[in-house]
Amino acid sequence: MKSFNVYMIGVGGQGIGLLSEVLLRAADYAGFRVKAVDTHGLAQRGGVVVSNLRMGDNVFSPLIPGGEADLVVALERHEAMRGLRIASRDGSTLVYYNTVWQPLDVRISAAAETQVSDIHRVCQARNIKDFVVYHPALEDIRMQNIAVLSMIFNNALVPGVQGKHYRNAMTDLLQGATLKQNLKLFEEGV
Amino acid sequence: MKHMGTMLMRKGPFEEIVMGNTALVRAMVEVGTRVVTSYPGSPTPEIATAIQSIPQEDRSFYFEFSINEKVATEVAFGAAINGHLSTVFFKSVGLNVASDTFVQLSLMNIIGGMVVVLGDDPGANSSQNEQDNRHFAHMSYTPMLEPSNPTEVYAFYKEAARLSREYRMPVILRLTTHVCHAKEKVAFSAFTPMPQDDTSRFDVANGPYIPLTTEALIKKRKAIRKLAEIETVADDSALNLLIDNQNRNRGIVTMGLPYLSLMDVLEKASRKPDILKLGFVHPIPRKRIEAFVRSHDEVKILEELDNVLEKDIKSLAYDAGLKTRILGKGDLGAWIGEYTSDKVQDVLADTWPDMFPARNPEPELPEMVLGRPPQMCPGCGHRSAFHAIKKVLSSQDITVADIGCHTLGYLPPYEMGQVMMCMGASPGIGSGLSLFNRSRKVVVFLGDSTFFHAGLPGILNSVFNQHPITLILMENGTTAMTGHQDHAAVGENFNGPTNKVPVRQVLEGLGVKHIYEVDTYQQSILTERVKTAVSNPEFSVVIARHPCMLKFTRNARRKSGYQAKQVHIDQELCNQVHVCVASFGCPTFTRHKDGTVTINRDLCIGDGSCLQTCPTKAIEKPR
Repeated sequence: MKSFNVYMIGVGGQGIGLLSEVLLRAADYAGFRVKAVDTHGLAQRGGVVVSNLRMGDNVFSPLIPGGEADLVVALERHEAMRGLRIASRDGSTLVYYNTVWQPLDVRISAAAETQVSDIHRVCQARNIKDFVVYHPALEDIRMQNIAVLSMIFNNALVPGVQGKHYRNAMTDLLQGATLKQNLKLFEEGV
Repeated sequence: MKHMGTMLMRKGPFEEIVMGNTALVRAMVEVGTRVVTSYPGSPTPEIATAIQSIPQEDRSFYFEFSINEKVATEVAFGAAINGHLSTVFFKSVGLNVASDTFVQLSLMNIIGGMVVVLGDDPGANSSQNEQDNRHFAHMSYTPMLEPSNPTEVYAFYKEAARLSREYRMPVILRLTTHVCHAKEKVAFSAFTPMPQDDTSRFDVANGPYIPLTTEALIKKRKAIRKLAEIETVADDSALNLLIDNQNRNRGIVTMGLPYLSLMDVLEKASRKPDILKLGFVHPIPRKRIEAFVRSHDEVKILEELDNVLEKDIKSLAYDAGLKTRILGKGDLGAWIGEYTSDKVQDVLADTWPDMFPARNPEPELPEMVLGRPPQMCPGCGHRSAFHAIKKVLSSQDITVADIGCHTLGYLPPYEMGQVMMCMGASPGIGSGLSLFNRSRKVVVFLGDSTFFHAGLPGILNSVFNQHPITLILMENGTTAMTGHQDHAAVGENFNGPTNKVPVRQVLEGLGVKHIYEVDTYQQSILTERVKTAVSNPEFSVVIARHPCMLKFTRNARRKSGYQAKQVHIDQELCNQVHVCVASFGCPTFTRHKDGTVTINRDLCIGDGSCLQTCPTKAIEKPR
């Protein structure tokens, strides 16, 4: 198959690790050759955290070349913009969770907060489809990643990966009440 | 749920998606490694995470986090000359700390075998530099292997262990950040547990182990001879890979992650050079390389960081009288940064523009992307500390940072820490800055794990030579930045409970006379303590203590009956002075266009350390 690259981005502490591990294992269950790598800088918390997932027979490095992501998954609005800039291929897809963890410049009033409309405008200009996930009733913010996963599944944003593959992957990684809760959210979606 | 520890000890062969760091641990299990040591540092801590996933009673080897990389190397060496296959692992700059011991290893008859696993960090993703530790292999006459992906990490460790045991010498396995952290499906072999042999085999007859006078030179001769033997192994090794693209005009010699990037770049190329990918980095397989170079008109040496291979290969070609054009590092950029596929595309476009098109310059995109520097967590005790200490110091005073989460204090809005080198360097640097300095106070910071790691000599020096600086010991009760490993003051080590070594007792033992202690959440008291300390004409220490709140909150959440609490802002009382959001700077505070401030419900942990910072008392108690 032609390769398919998923670039995931968020802020340290948002649970991008679990999301990327589920996608990686789901793609494996779907029979694809997969490579992945998480990249995080100096600190675990509060900085940008990125995860690369690459599917396909002729993929070598786990790192996605600049501007070659077929799907960008962001867990925060400002990070969605960063993902678009760094990774998105024109004509690709963006899905993001619409929460805001204000970057320092916004908090010290040196810059304006990025808006949903800003992102939509950039997407339109580059023929990128954007999906916004928001789930205000979510009891545990640590499940925002699974809300996003549900959107990815419901819109078949990773071609060839189906519900059973995602469910198998989640069952590999979670157990007990946490697994149940996450599977429920995954099925019901937003 | 799949359990990593069970998987790592499985007897039969299996396939699993793992990180390079995890694959390494399975290799240790399979080859019968008995002793493993480390000091935490990115990109290697996940090796210990994988080890920890194996219940202690099931583990086939002993593991410890030692006090620092040098001690870790010594423990592994001691075990190996007692007959046990050992391994030490740490990050790139850890080798600088370990080097005094490390450079001696190849001079010793290491009867059990010893593998040194390095986590180098091209691109300085999480290090203070991107030093190329291949130089250390040359300097110390130590063989070095370098894998490019998790499958190779697993296979190369096994080969490193075999060579090390057979030749009774140290072997380095050099990993880089995105090899350590890369994930893919790896096919593992069966594991046949061997009866564990605890026999103490240390014997001076295997030595001598005292490298003094003429012995040192004899030992050097032996080390160089062994290295020459390894070269013949390298020449025949399947760890070096030839990819014949039927191009006798152009060839590339490469290694490690740059090889994977190269293969990605070649996916789009219409003509492809031949490739020789090295698994043996030192000593290089001379015969294979000579044959490869000889059979091409032009050979590009594609290597990340320094021109280590280039120098080896050019020297080889000169001696062999080869006419091949050897292309090494081009411009300055070729020396710097990680060789991702974008970088390799650039390097090759520079080398052979007829074959590799330059990448399109990045278009000027209209979107605005805001920077997001890493920052201290909500509730972090360091934030309270910096907020309180800043009030004592004038803009003329000098602050020296050290390695740890508290390094982040150098960023706005705190800007505490104006110079930093490496672990444990702050007391020494501060002492030097204080010489002839009558007007500017010098305050140095140090974390608690670093205190034990490399801080003690600098502190003792300040006492011994009477340097009038103030050390602020940021004690959070863990090695926070690398993932909460225990240290000597915690009362627990990797394997279980141990006696606490309180930092205060150590300071007193070092002869420090002026010690002040305070919990950093008591900001006004901390301000007073620091004021007293800096006006003291002798060396003084303020222990600014608060548990790492990331660790604390995680532990609290696991307990039953945990009730999450958060602070609230009374909008009536809020005068929009923005101390909370702009100068205290907890990421929990969200500033809106109209100037109002609210709490980010995703982030607030309800620690309440912010209450005291609001001049109008608008922050309400956590509930």
